[in-house]
Amino acid sequence: MTRIGVVIFPGSNCEYDAALAMTQLGVDVDFVWHSVTDLTGFDGLILPGGFAHGDYLRPGALARFSPVMEAVARFAADGGPVLGICNGFQVLTEAGLLPGALQKNRGLTFISEPVRLVVASTNSVLTRLATTGQELTIPINHFSGAYTCDDRTFDALEANDQVVLRYRDNPNGSRGDIAGVANEERNVVGLMPHPERAMSTLLGSADGQVLLAGFASAPSGRLRAGAANAAAF
Amino acid sequence: MNFPVIVDVTLREGIADPEGATIERALPALGFTGVTNVRAGKAFRLDVEADDETEALAKATALAQRLLSNPVIENAVARSGAR
Repeated sequence: MTRIGVVIFPGSNCEYDAALAMTQLGVDVDFVWHSVTDLTGFDGLILPGGFAHGDYLRPGALARFSPVMEAVARFAADGGPVLGICNGFQVLTEAGLLPGALQKNRGLTFISEPVRLVVASTNSVLTRLATTGQELTIPINHFSGAYTCDDRTFDALEANDQVVLRYRDNPNGSRGDIAGVANEERNVVGLMPHPERAMSTLLGSADGQVLLAGFASAPSGRLRAGAANAAAF
Repeated sequence: MNFPVIVDVTLREGIADPEGATIERALPALGFTGVTNVRAGKAFRLDVEADDETEALAKATALAQRLLSNPVIENAVARSGAR
């Protein structure tokens, strides 16, 4: 991956952190305004954290109708790597590009703290360089981060190995301790924690590096679904 | 003509509702006993241009399912807002 786009909605606020992290990993970064409809030339996309459209209605509910989201959906359908962090994850679930939904935290409080994550699957564009069972310390910063879905979706996620990250000590009531999920094709991943804020031990943790380095080196272009393709990641 | 419509958005059965649970726990301390099954939700008031109320409700239902609610976790029901 040589060039990635960081999508900015009105109210995004983690775009510079995401861009800096990817730049440090040797990737060229361009910002993509939410009205853009042509994503030609990008090898990957990041939907960063923040409060797109003020989180009015529901987090991500308005952002998903931004013109750029149709282009993001096409990019994803073509196998392009797409990463949604925090609010970006919420946008991707609202857009139907990832299963489930993010609900208000169990304790009805905004939580901003480092949490311990466990890598549940390495079969995704985000976790491909990590090790299953590996523990990572990465901060969360959200009010609506409780992952939820119906039984059928939950069983499918587990059966298809689509849960990529879990909380070790569930901070927000997420079903199945889920912190991050991939789509069936493994090229779209969303997570509530902020790996771009865990890029330096000086600032608390560098555990985000293994995730974003995996994303930065993920193959771009059309990919096939299924575990048989796991080696490609 | 314009028809007033109210759209109720509530969490689907089985979806955890920490807001409703917190409200329910607060009630006894205020002297309101015997109140159970509190579920928090949202209500939207709209004026919908249509030929008749049936059409207005259908229009409101469609927009409620597309934007006002997330069908993964919420139900949306449109009803007449006429008083």
